[in-house]
Amino acid sequence: MATAVLQARGISKGFPGILALDDVSFRLDAGQVHALVGENGAGKSTLIKVLTGVHRPDRGTLLLHGEPVSYDNPLAAQRAGISTIYQEVNLVPQMSLAQNLLLGREPRSRFGVIDTARLHAEAERVMTRYGIRTDVRRPLRSLGMGTQQMVALARAVSVEARVVIMDEPTSALEPREVDTLFGVIADLRAQGISVIYVSHRLDELYRICDRVTVLRDGRVAHAGPLDELPRVDLVALMLGRDPAEIRREGATKFSGEHTTAAGEPLVEARSVSRRPVLQDVSVQVRPGEVVGLGGLLGAGRSETAKAIAGALPVDGGTVTVAGQEVRRGSPAAAIRAGVSLVPEDRKAEGIVPTLSVRDNIALAALPRLSRSGVVSEARIDRLVDSFMRRLRIKAASPHQKVSELSGGNQQKVLLARSLATGAKVLLLDEPTRGIDVGAKAEVQALIDELAAEGLGVLLISSDLEELVEGADRVVVLRDGAVAGELSGDEVTEEAIMATIAATGETDG
Amino acid sequence: MTTTIADADTGADARRGPGALRRERIGHLLQHHGALVVLAVTVLVGAATFDSFATPQNAANIVVSSSFLAIVAIGMTFVIISGGIDLSVGSSFVLAGVLAAYGSRYGLLVALLLPLAVCGTIGLIQGLIVARTGMAPFIVTLAGLLGMRGLMLAISDEGANTYLVRDDAFSALGQAAFLGLTVPVWITLALVLLGGVLLQRTGFGQNVFAIGGSEEAAVLMGVPVTRVKVLVYLISGLLAGLAGALNAARLSSGVTILGVGMELDVIAAVVIGGTLLTGGAGGLTGTMAGVLLLGVIQSLINQIGVLTSSFQQVVSGAFLALVVVTQRLLHRAQRLS
Amino acid sequence: MAETAAAPRAWSGRVRLLAWLQEYGVYASVLALLLFNVAFTPHFLEVANFRTQLIQVAPIVITSLGMALVIGTEGIDLSVGSVMALASAMVVLYLGYGAPVAIIAALIAGAAVGAGGGALVAYVGVQPIVATLALLVGVRGLANVLVPQLTEFRNPTLITLGSRSVLGLPLVVVIAAVLTVLVAFLVKRTTFGRQLVAVGGNRAASRLSGLPVRRILVTVYVISGLLAAVAGVLATSRLQASDPTSLGLLMELSAITAVVVGGTPLTGGRVRVLGTVMGALLIQLLQATLIKHNLPQSWTQMAQAVIILAAVYAARGRRA
Repeated sequence: MATAVLQARGISKGFPGILALDDVSFRLDAGQVHALVGENGAGKSTLIKVLTGVHRPDRGTLLLHGEPVSYDNPLAAQRAGISTIYQEVNLVPQMSLAQNLLLGREPRSRFGVIDTARLHAEAERVMTRYGIRTDVRRPLRSLGMGTQQMVALARAVSVEARVVIMDEPTSALEPREVDTLFGVIADLRAQGISVIYVSHRLDELYRICDRVTVLRDGRVAHAGPLDELPRVDLVALMLGRDPAEIRREGATKFSGEHTTAAGEPLVEARSVSRRPVLQDVSVQVRPGEVVGLGGLLGAGRSETAKAIAGALPVDGGTVTVAGQEVRRGSPAAAIRAGVSLVPEDRKAEGIVPTLSVRDNIALAALPRLSRSGVVSEARIDRLVDSFMRRLRIKAASPHQKVSELSGGNQQKVLLARSLATGAKVLLLDEPTRGIDVGAKAEVQALIDELAAEGLGVLLISSDLEELVEGADRVVVLRDGAVAGELSGDEVTEEAIMATIAATGETDG
Repeated sequence: MTTTIADADTGADARRGPGALRRERIGHLLQHHGALVVLAVTVLVGAATFDSFATPQNAANIVVSSSFLAIVAIGMTFVIISGGIDLSVGSSFVLAGVLAAYGSRYGLLVALLLPLAVCGTIGLIQGLIVARTGMAPFIVTLAGLLGMRGLMLAISDEGANTYLVRDDAFSALGQAAFLGLTVPVWITLALVLLGGVLLQRTGFGQNVFAIGGSEEAAVLMGVPVTRVKVLVYLISGLLAGLAGALNAARLSSGVTILGVGMELDVIAAVVIGGTLLTGGAGGLTGTMAGVLLLGVIQSLINQIGVLTSSFQQVVSGAFLALVVVTQRLLHRAQRLS
Repeated sequence: MAETAAAPRAWSGRVRLLAWLQEYGVYASVLALLLFNVAFTPHFLEVANFRTQLIQVAPIVITSLGMALVIGTEGIDLSVGSVMALASAMVVLYLGYGAPVAIIAALIAGAAVGAGGGALVAYVGVQPIVATLALLVGVRGLANVLVPQLTEFRNPTLITLGSRSVLGLPLVVVIAAVLTVLVAFLVKRTTFGRQLVAVGGNRAASRLSGLPVRRILVTVYVISGLLAAVAGVLATSRLQASDPTSLGLLMELSAITAVVVGGTPLTGGRVRVLGTVMGALLIQLLQATLIKHNLPQSWTQMAQAVIILAAVYAARGRRA
């Protein structure tokens, strides 16, 4: 057997309170595209950080081309040929494309200073090979996500990487850009460069990966060729469940029944526009109805939810709740009217990390829980207690800091916060993204339950299966406008995809 | 490598329309050269209003008196672009003056090297604390401000003792003129050129921008963040020390009361010059325009005569507010586009 | 105040020590300094000495309270010292209309400066440090323009305010104590207090949760300006003179030190009122101790520098 390009043997790494990696071994061969999968908290990101010199392992050895190595920092790992493209594109937004691409390797003039003209020429040359033709002097932040990703990839490859680690590289890309990316990966493979590919998207994994390593709770649950592993078994390995059970239950916890809700709409958005992200978007949600919002990333799904919740200024259109028009651009007014948003980005827009679980739940409902500006502790206690029990929020106590909870429990805290406002309509933006399987099932079951109680739910999800099984009706967005609406038996994955692709053109 | 061609540009541009690029450029211009424009306008207005304003003598005065602030501002520009701030420069400036005057009794070399060594060391320590512990630069250098003021008071008998410069060669460094401008002005010019090259045309400069733009990204792109940060505070400490020493040479004494609050003027000049306090963008040309603008305003207020010099504070406070408000509005306009 | 229970966690010893230091370090230090003085400083336990210490610390405590609120919102208010000077100038300017008018004018000026800073931060989106830096420079200049040199005055009402005692306690100290209780109540028991901390902890989340973020921010800066103005009026009353050039100079540093030493993190999301008062006391005690033992002013500043660094370093260990 040939020497592995990169090999990890018996790696353990602990942090205060958790053992993130427990005796993990990993092998990467030349020209291999190796899938690294696992649920949140399985240890994927810790393993990557160990491989790239961000963390030092407590125990175990790293071998590069058969030689034991140890890196003090990412730079050392990079110099040894291991490059990483992180989930959020990790480049400097204010600097130009060229500066980002060639940072640390700028061409020099005779006097040893940076030769700007050659810097730009070189950057243009490199980017052309990745199918990007744009002014390389422009600041990176003014470019699209796909372009930024390609810059990151080009940068990684051009530092003579032998191993490229991609952490959820397609999460912000459009399909066309994904194709370009896969083309580039195929080229890398042909050059003998190895790729570690981290993703939750099974389709992609089976499309390009040769081998898979599954992590669970900090240990290796499985390692082997990917094409020999049925999808269901892969899911089962990731979830730590019996494959048979998964087959029987389907992957989501929705009841799967589609009801046709009647009655007046609880909330109705009419011709909501905001250049350039939204054009004449109209959506209505009736009591007891789960309306899915489908579409590609950047199609305007989050923007629609935010516009309805008053969190995004709009150029035109109205939002009415039970026939009453809601003041534009004021989340407070929307909440008073009974519309509450659970945002996609939990950390940035959801939890208040310095506060307790209790204070986080009560946050939006404070005006209802106080008299002339003075809060009633007793009323808060009652409210928090009932929601923690109902949503099965696992915390040491209501006074535990919310930042110490798992992602799933944080998500439930946010749901509780929304429900505590007495919301009649919930806008849930990717409510199950990035949370563990158990919590995912609970959240899905809760959505069903809330709808059954008469609440209206607007559900945004990139997970087609979740959308199809969870929603009664699906409004599909494309380029910031409504591309179609599916209801009843029309709600299938194929139909949603067909609607998205209807004009054959996904971008203007 | 075979090419896999995607469309030239991705969504962002298509959605933004043709006006966006132009707006981006105008914003860029305003950000980088706004101070220069305001400076030019102010000078023209001043020249038209006061006969004694646009004289070579007055211009020389402005340049000479601005040079010390300018030297400190060069260091501050590096610090601010790296995403930090150095509140200790005022104290450093005064401490250096006292040290230089004290050291001048042992000759020119000691008079120069003693303040540089002390202020450089303290800058280095501040840099190490900021870089290694992740404590907020503003609080670390605030402690530096207090500590250095304490140190200055301690060596000057609680401020009561003003050392006189005892070395003619050292005095000459602050007072001698060459082609009508004093030595500190020439030193300033040299430092601006050197600093400009360092900032725009070297790997170190690129790293400073990268750290200020996104420290996380900089780490992952292999930028030696700790080293760059330490160097940035070291540069700031050294330049504040140099400016203080030169000032002592000019005044022939280590004055203990000047320079209090100087950090505010320096920061004001840098920010007015278009360097973003959030880091990642800026430059020395703007900073110099900012420094000169403050100098010109001071001079104009002196011309008016009836106004007390505290009026200058009102004006620079207002200016600072105006600039940051404009920057914010520009930033917003760019976002919207 | 507004404590959140620390969760049981397998923290390493060093981290735990730092956490303990942040929570209780200020109390322990005050206690240690008190014990040291009782043992080694002659006349320390005399009532007169305590009176002097408390009177001197009162203005610092009052401005620190406002600063603590601002820092709780992840902001900073560098303008407090200049606001004290402006308040002092207003008192002199309007004393002709009687003391109440003068005091009200001073408070209005303080609130107005706070509103200006708050508006820059909340509506324009300027970083707090820059917005209030502009005010620090500009407002001090304005105070100097209004009252160019030291102006003495004699006004019975202001003499009472500055030197009278109530139940044996100096009125100045009583006012500081009352304000402390008010601010503590504000933070712990009112909707505004809860919302303020949330805004500091996560502004975007607070906005999405329907909190009136901008109004909260402006209010916080107005309160800080008001409190600084109160401190300015009290200091002016005690001096029976207004000196805008030097009054409140570097007060922002003392206030920030008190807040930080008191365990309020600079990153916002938490306000410790009692800790802040203790922080102010600690600095005052330290200064008094050094003076009583014939150590010069310069030592105090260097010691203060070390304490600030230690306090922030301890706070750093608690970042999750």
